[in-house]
Amino acid sequence: MSDRLVSREADQDWPGEIFAMLEHYDVRQVSYVPDGGHASLITKVHQSANMRAITLTTEEEGVALAAGAWIGGERSVLLMQSSGVGNCVNMLSLIRICRIPFLTIVAMRGEWGEVNPWQVPMGSTTEDVFGLMDIRVLRANTPSEVGGLIKAATAMVFDGGTPTAVLLAQRLIGAKAF
Amino acid sequence: MAKTSNILDRREVVATLLRDRKSLVVISGLGSSTYDVGAAGDHDRNFYLWGAMGGAAMLGLGVALAKPDVPVLVVTGDGEMLMGMGSFSTIALQNPPNLTIAVLDNGLFGETGGQPTHTARVTNLAQVAKACGVPNVCEIDTMPGIVALATSIRDAKNGLTVADIKISQDLLPRVMTSRAGAVLVERTRRALGTATH
Repeated sequence: MSDRLVSREADQDWPGEIFAMLEHYDVRQVSYVPDGGHASLITKVHQSANMRAITLTTEEEGVALAAGAWIGGERSVLLMQSSGVGNCVNMLSLIRICRIPFLTIVAMRGEWGEVNPWQVPMGSTTEDVFGLMDIRVLRANTPSEVGGLIKAATAMVFDGGTPTAVLLAQRLIGAKAF
Repeated sequence: MAKTSNILDRREVVATLLRDRKSLVVISGLGSSTYDVGAAGDHDRNFYLWGAMGGAAMLGLGVALAKPDVPVLVVTGDGEMLMGMGSFSTIALQNPPNLTIAVLDNGLFGETGGQPTHTARVTNLAQVAKACGVPNVCEIDTMPGIVALATSIRDAKNGLTVADIKISQDLLPRVMTSRAGAVLVERTRRALGTATH
């Protein structure tokens, strides 16, 4: 029996679709505080010759890193789980004031089938927090949505300069069982 | 480490670090550090933070990784660095040889009324950086030490360095710089040849 309460289209390689789109846009600096939902993507980044995986001690480091990368001419993406979004709030001032093309991909916790109530306060407010800080939000609820959604988000960020957060619903990642 | 004293003039320190700077990119942390960098003279390769406390070193990391041939200097204070102390670990893991973080350490939150910081009593930021894995760490409390640092940071192959600089607790007049973040970003991008449009 799986250790996850999964609503999964098993043959849909959505982490691979995200990775391919990051490659397409030549994203070089991939920062993260890990989440189980990002594990496959993080492995691909560590194996990539072109991308640098940057392990963070707290999520807001990745926001400041993205601003520096942009000044230096490289594209960056921040991978985190929903509880980390709250850690980023003040640092997101940089994105708004400096108009940084910022992309973050957030593995959602505290929603679909969550049995750890400590994840719920941030999980239930993630979208609102981004909205308050002027970051657009695109949300994928099923594996089949991810490819098109990440394509739309990367175009908004890297072609249009619009800071955007992609939320990967807990329903698509699978709820962690204890 | 030997006992150090806080006597250096912060403006003289920063002016010395930035003299004949050549290709050096300078990121300043919010508060007095931004005034010090501004007082040394505006420059296309200066990026001043007026907020985002705790982010200066990580912003420097992003630039340093993207531009490995360009030396990058972060000038910040002990209060700002204490907020981003974990970034010493993150930066040490990447170990960019072209990045120097100069912490102007007076043991005070100067901008908010001079409340003592943790470095005034219990915390040694140089030892923190060393324990986080930064390969080159120094405490500087003399101007010859600053002159030596100024020479080494111009070399993009110098090696990742954190310098804990013991400055005087005197509170100096503010020197205003531009606060137009988006304009400053574009200015530095053009200077680095990374602007795309």
